[in-house]
Amino acid sequence: MSVFHFELRSLPPEAEAFRDEVRAFLREALGDRPSVRRARSWGGFDPGFSRAMGARGFIGLTWPKRYGGQERSFLERYVLLEELLAAGAPAGAHWVAERQSGPLLLRFGTEAQRERFLPAIARGELSFAIGMSEPDSGSDLASIRTRAVRTDGGYVVNGTKVWTSNAHRSQYAIALFRTAVVPDKKHEGLSQFLVDLKSPGIAIRPIINLAGSHDFNEVVFQDAFVPEDMRVGAEGDGWKQVTTELAYERSGPERYLSSIALVLELIRAAGASPDQRAAEVVGRLVAHLATLRQMSLSVAGMLQAGQNPNLEAAVVKDVGTTFEQSIPEIVHALLDLEPTIDSGSDLQQTLGYLVQRAPSFSLRGGTREVLRGIIARGLGLR
Amino acid sequence: MSELSDLLGPTVTRLFGDLVTKELIEASEKGTWPDTLWRALEEGGLTLPLVPEAAGGAGGAWADAHVVVRAAGKHAAPVPLAETIVGGWLLAQAGLEVPLGPLTLAPVREGERLTLARAGTQWRLSGTATGVPWGAAAGHLVAVAESDGGAMVALVARGAGRVTPDRNLALEPRDTLAFDGAAVAGAAPAGSRVSAETLTVYGAMVRAAQMAGALESLLEQSVRYATERKQFGRPIGAFQAIQHNLAVLAGHVAAAGIAAEHAFRAADRGDPTFEVAAAKVRAGEAAGLGAGIAHQAHGAIGFTYEHSLHFSTRRLWSWRAEFGSESRWAMRLGRRVAAAGADRLWTELTAR
Repeated sequence: MSVFHFELRSLPPEAEAFRDEVRAFLREALGDRPSVRRARSWGGFDPGFSRAMGARGFIGLTWPKRYGGQERSFLERYVLLEELLAAGAPAGAHWVAERQSGPLLLRFGTEAQRERFLPAIARGELSFAIGMSEPDSGSDLASIRTRAVRTDGGYVVNGTKVWTSNAHRSQYAIALFRTAVVPDKKHEGLSQFLVDLKSPGIAIRPIINLAGSHDFNEVVFQDAFVPEDMRVGAEGDGWKQVTTELAYERSGPERYLSSIALVLELIRAAGASPDQRAAEVVGRLVAHLATLRQMSLSVAGMLQAGQNPNLEAAVVKDVGTTFEQSIPEIVHALLDLEPTIDSGSDLQQTLGYLVQRAPSFSLRGGTREVLRGIIARGLGLR
Repeated sequence: MSELSDLLGPTVTRLFGDLVTKELIEASEKGTWPDTLWRALEEGGLTLPLVPEAAGGAGGAWADAHVVVRAAGKHAAPVPLAETIVGGWLLAQAGLEVPLGPLTLAPVREGERLTLARAGTQWRLSGTATGVPWGAAAGHLVAVAESDGGAMVALVARGAGRVTPDRNLALEPRDTLAFDGAAVAGAAPAGSRVSAETLTVYGAMVRAAQMAGALESLLEQSVRYATERKQFGRPIGAFQAIQHNLAVLAGHVAAAGIAAEHAFRAADRGDPTFEVAAAKVRAGEAAGLGAGIAHQAHGAIGFTYEHSLHFSTRRLWSWRAEFGSESRWAMRLGRRVAAAGADRLWTELTAR
């Protein structure tokens, strides 16, 4: 049995000093932003905020300076991210680009691609969408059918991507297309591409979620042209690359902090001298939060050490998202309270916002079922 | 981790692996004191990690003790090793001599008090302590008792109190000791940093690490069983339901493990009450859920005395409720966080 290992980490002094810098920036940038808005967390799409982050060098913190980064450590980046999440900062406009699109280009892109895109991402000027899922391909990503067929100077793309968050307000997407059909080997013949979402032949249609918000989209490619120099990595290397990209996506502290605004509102509502039941509920939530933070920090430490904590990241995401989802239920069980949309108390509105979005926590970035399969493989069961 | 910790892991694993057999545990459940095991632990310098070398200990830190206590929990070692470690530390803190042999602690239950009264040059101990781990078998009791001058640490020899034997679900001794003006072997002021509360905090801390170790054992046993047991022409671990349950168990093992280690690190840095509360809650929750998953994965055979699974699960069911259950520690932690206010929570979490 492969035993995963979570080593307890300490943050170095420079990371703690950096934390103070980040907090000062957030106090100024977010001021008295109400709890209800903070509950949106990194779902909040605010290009102005992203540019302010970029101006401070807070996007692409670990990237080489020649691409607009600061060459700071993974642990300092971790501090930045957890402060953004705890404050509910509206980091959505640059979140995907910073977390995975940029790192993917750093790892597999050409020098020209890096020079063209990374500095702009670092300035907070570019938003990226993720082109993976299709209507018939969710968890079974390798079954995707959108085809990129070679033509003069590039590829012609036909097919549909779905659940493409923020495609309607992003400039680019990094998408997985099938460049070759290899019988019985669906993981082969896949390639990744940088897609200019303003290209002809690309239609972006909104998908409204159950709460009435527009984040998701359907992106339809109809004879859309993608130039040769916008392919990321070699033809046929798409599966290997997308696996790496997904590891970036799964390894961050956002996988347990999505409902932090509700925890804070609950504590406010409980008051300084809560009754026994409320105190127990709060204490239990804090015990889980404290533990998850150490688990998440441990994964960051492994990244810092140049390791590949895929198994550990899957464990943290599974435990973390289970916890995040439980919080609206726990609040509901404790309090006789109606969740609201835009009336009532901050607690009611925050509850209303998060209870509706909670189902997505264990679906996005890899479903709970897929993650548990990864963990089971790590245990030697499959 | 220190150099000492790096050496300790393999050392304790080998020692427990060699000596803590099914037969040993079963014999101890029938009342046999595992003398060979205890001597090996003492000779290996594993019983007094927090006692300075000059006083006969290993001169280590709580981080080192964590390795030993967790391994003891993992192997279900039927000795008061965790209690001896805490007791040795308390004695050293109070400047008292640390005797060899197994130590135990009292009082361990909420609301119980022991008192010390001066009689000439002697200190005399009174009061009743229930649930004392290995109360009858331990060579000495380390008691935190109240006197007119404040809290004191007392060293009490075996036989000084009247014993009523009792056991927890794992058939580990949890005896009642009743003292009526009993002479003590040594007593000193507890100092400003030690009170009866200290026993609860450090007791909970070691139980959290013991549970983390036992949970590791559950996961190993369950994966092994799921790989070996075949039904419907394949190992039962090939079925998705079992894979997912064990993945959930793995999450609990990881969470309990890091929470316990975090608490021991806090003990090396100062007052660990916050981290201990979090660890006791998280490990206690993991204990119940983990035991359920492990038993389900093992099917009927895991429900027998003959199979070894219960050595771990009965300990988990016992330990999660000793030195305060999840509900008590959650309430304490919740009150502390609520009193400080929501705006302080994130600062607290990131300072630890």
